[in-house]
Amino acid sequence: MAEPLLKVQGLEVSFATEEGVVTAVDGVSFDLAPGEVLAVVGESGSGKSVTAMTLMGLTRSPNARFEGTAHYKGTELISASEDELRRIRGAEIAMIFQDPMTSLNPVQRIGKQIIEQIQEHEGLPDQQALERTVELLERVGIPRARERVDSYPHEFSGGMRQRVMIALALSCNPSVLIADEPTTALDVTIQAQILERMRELREETGAAVVLVTHDLGVVADIADRIAVMYAGRIVEEGTLDQIFYDPQHPYTWGLLGSITRVDKPRPARLPAIAGLPPSLANRPTGCHFRPRCPHEFSECSKVPPLEARLQGHPEHRDRCWLSVDEKRVKREVLPGEIGLASKEHQPA
Amino acid sequence: MSVEATEPRADGAALDESAPLVDVEHLKVFFPIKQGIVVEREVARVHAVNDVTLSIAEGETLGLVGESGCGKTTMSRAIMRLIDSTDGSIRFRGEDVTRAGRRQMQPLRRQMQMVFQDPFASLNPRKRVGQIIGLPLRLHGSDRKDIETQVRQLLDKVGLHPEHVNRYPHEFSGGQRQRIGVARALALEPRLIVLDEPVSALDVSVQAQIINLLDDLQDDFKLTYLFVAHDLSVVRHVSDRIAVMYLGKLMEVSPAEELYTKPIHPYTSALLAAIPIPDPRENRRRERIVVSGEPPNPINPPSGCVFHPRCPYATQVCREEEPPLVRYPNGHLAACHHPLNVSEAEIRGAERDPSSPLSAGDRLPGTTASAA
Repeated sequence: MAEPLLKVQGLEVSFATEEGVVTAVDGVSFDLAPGEVLAVVGESGSGKSVTAMTLMGLTRSPNARFEGTAHYKGTELISASEDELRRIRGAEIAMIFQDPMTSLNPVQRIGKQIIEQIQEHEGLPDQQALERTVELLERVGIPRARERVDSYPHEFSGGMRQRVMIALALSCNPSVLIADEPTTALDVTIQAQILERMRELREETGAAVVLVTHDLGVVADIADRIAVMYAGRIVEEGTLDQIFYDPQHPYTWGLLGSITRVDKPRPARLPAIAGLPPSLANRPTGCHFRPRCPHEFSECSKVPPLEARLQGHPEHRDRCWLSVDEKRVKREVLPGEIGLASKEHQPA
Repeated sequence: MSVEATEPRADGAALDESAPLVDVEHLKVFFPIKQGIVVEREVARVHAVNDVTLSIAEGETLGLVGESGCGKTTMSRAIMRLIDSTDGSIRFRGEDVTRAGRRQMQPLRRQMQMVFQDPFASLNPRKRVGQIIGLPLRLHGSDRKDIETQVRQLLDKVGLHPEHVNRYPHEFSGGQRQRIGVARALALEPRLIVLDEPVSALDVSVQAQIINLLDDLQDDFKLTYLFVAHDLSVVRHVSDRIAVMYLGKLMEVSPAEELYTKPIHPYTSALLAAIPIPDPRENRRRERIVVSGEPPNPINPPSGCVFHPRCPYATQVCREEEPPLVRYPNGHLAACHHPLNVSEAEIRGAERDPSSPLSAGDRLPGTTASAA
């Protein structure tokens, strides 16, 4: 891989809450190469959003504790001052949020919101900033962009608002785009439009993307590499095809097995992963997936390191104690008889 | 256990057993938009449900699918008599309930229950689980001692520990809360359960658990489901038939599996194509038709076929004449002038279905060259 644009090492984020210290992100490391799309996949509470937001300094608060580093072009983001971050946010690293309804300022015209960001970072005169804004809105597929710069967010539909968010994120040509569930709130036909637009924009701008999502369909559509997170840790990491066609971690098997496909005959019964994700305040020792894993054995009480276990594939790493051969055999039950026995877990 | 489907019901002596459980005819639900301070004038109407005819047979699962604003939720609430309909009729086991008041509905309420989308908002946070599930039983006059045993049995049925009766909703995860919602809906031994996006708010691995649970319960209790969803991926696993709605109208009604192998309406085909397939190789191979534009405003629905402004196959006739629901083999209905995936013979044998909207024309497809 080329020199990474963003290098995250041993990132740990914990919050002091009423129920004690909750570790949301527990030793996450990854590299992001220029121009690549890295999908961070996981269910609610896996720490994927907290990881993304921490890179932008958005989780900072008096009750949050951080460890580890995230290097971006010579700046260490985790310990950076607010001033340094302000210079980077929006200009170098931009973010697209899940909910386009709440992430735009409802009482400001959308053109103004984009122009403000351009002027803050690049100090362009009004007319030039306006021209750039109109051009951006056209590029993300908003019809009659010149008239719509004067509209307020409520005058747009959900899909159009998400386009505005993307235009805003792209306004200063960032080299890293962090997209947190960018299409989850949208209808499928609109989601398809936005994904297509994101693919085109990625070709044009060459920005690297960290895509945070729970939807493996979206991932298959757009990602180059995948990191699968579970209960605060990356449990498996590899290229798109490695994760989809040679998954190594039982959680990944379960995740892949439990998705519904519209292009295949339907199974008699939908494969489910038994049990529930653990509470972050009260995680199992050793491998976090252990209580739900049908292949648990004695080794699993120790934390498995994230390392390459397949010969000749140093970029494919996972956290599972099973040997490669055992995995091949056990995985055969795919697609997912995993956990049909409905063992129910108690809430913490 | 006392929850048995074969048990004789106390109510409904006059109900017709041969009729479909739910029979909706030419249903319209319009919401008025009013303006004015002293005297409110109606200035426009939102055509939420615009002439829909549909029936649900006993024991069947009907999937009702469409994007936001298509009227699927309004439709399900009208069937539950939670909102008034503007025109048309709704019959429940043969009894006309279109204008039924509180008193007429009360015995029927036992037989129709609902599970809501958001398990965080649909359970009272100040009540214990036992109280939540027991409330419908109490309202319908069960004995207190019976209620307690029944609540425990219900918890067990939906895969929760009966000892959890005294916990509060916040002590449960989303999936478990949805199970509580299901237990509450089951409490009165209903015939019909309306499931309004019951798994949309849940994680994928948990979604499958709830779908499987609903499947088991349907067999155990001989339930009829109306399953409302916003896309075609989840409904497939529960439905016997699927109805696709767009802008207040039915576009297609089909046996569940056939809809996926043989979508006739271009809108259905677009909905299917829009779902990304979780298989990178297959995805690269697949040609994606991305439908442009967004659903138009339901205050002023387009003329003719409501899908024509976004349809890649639209022609002059689509703009001018509303297509009737046309009946193809296997009871597959579609309202389209240019049907996809149907043979010449099937087009020749097709006929106008009586469930077509009253405003639809008589033109059958195939009178011009097929666009498929």
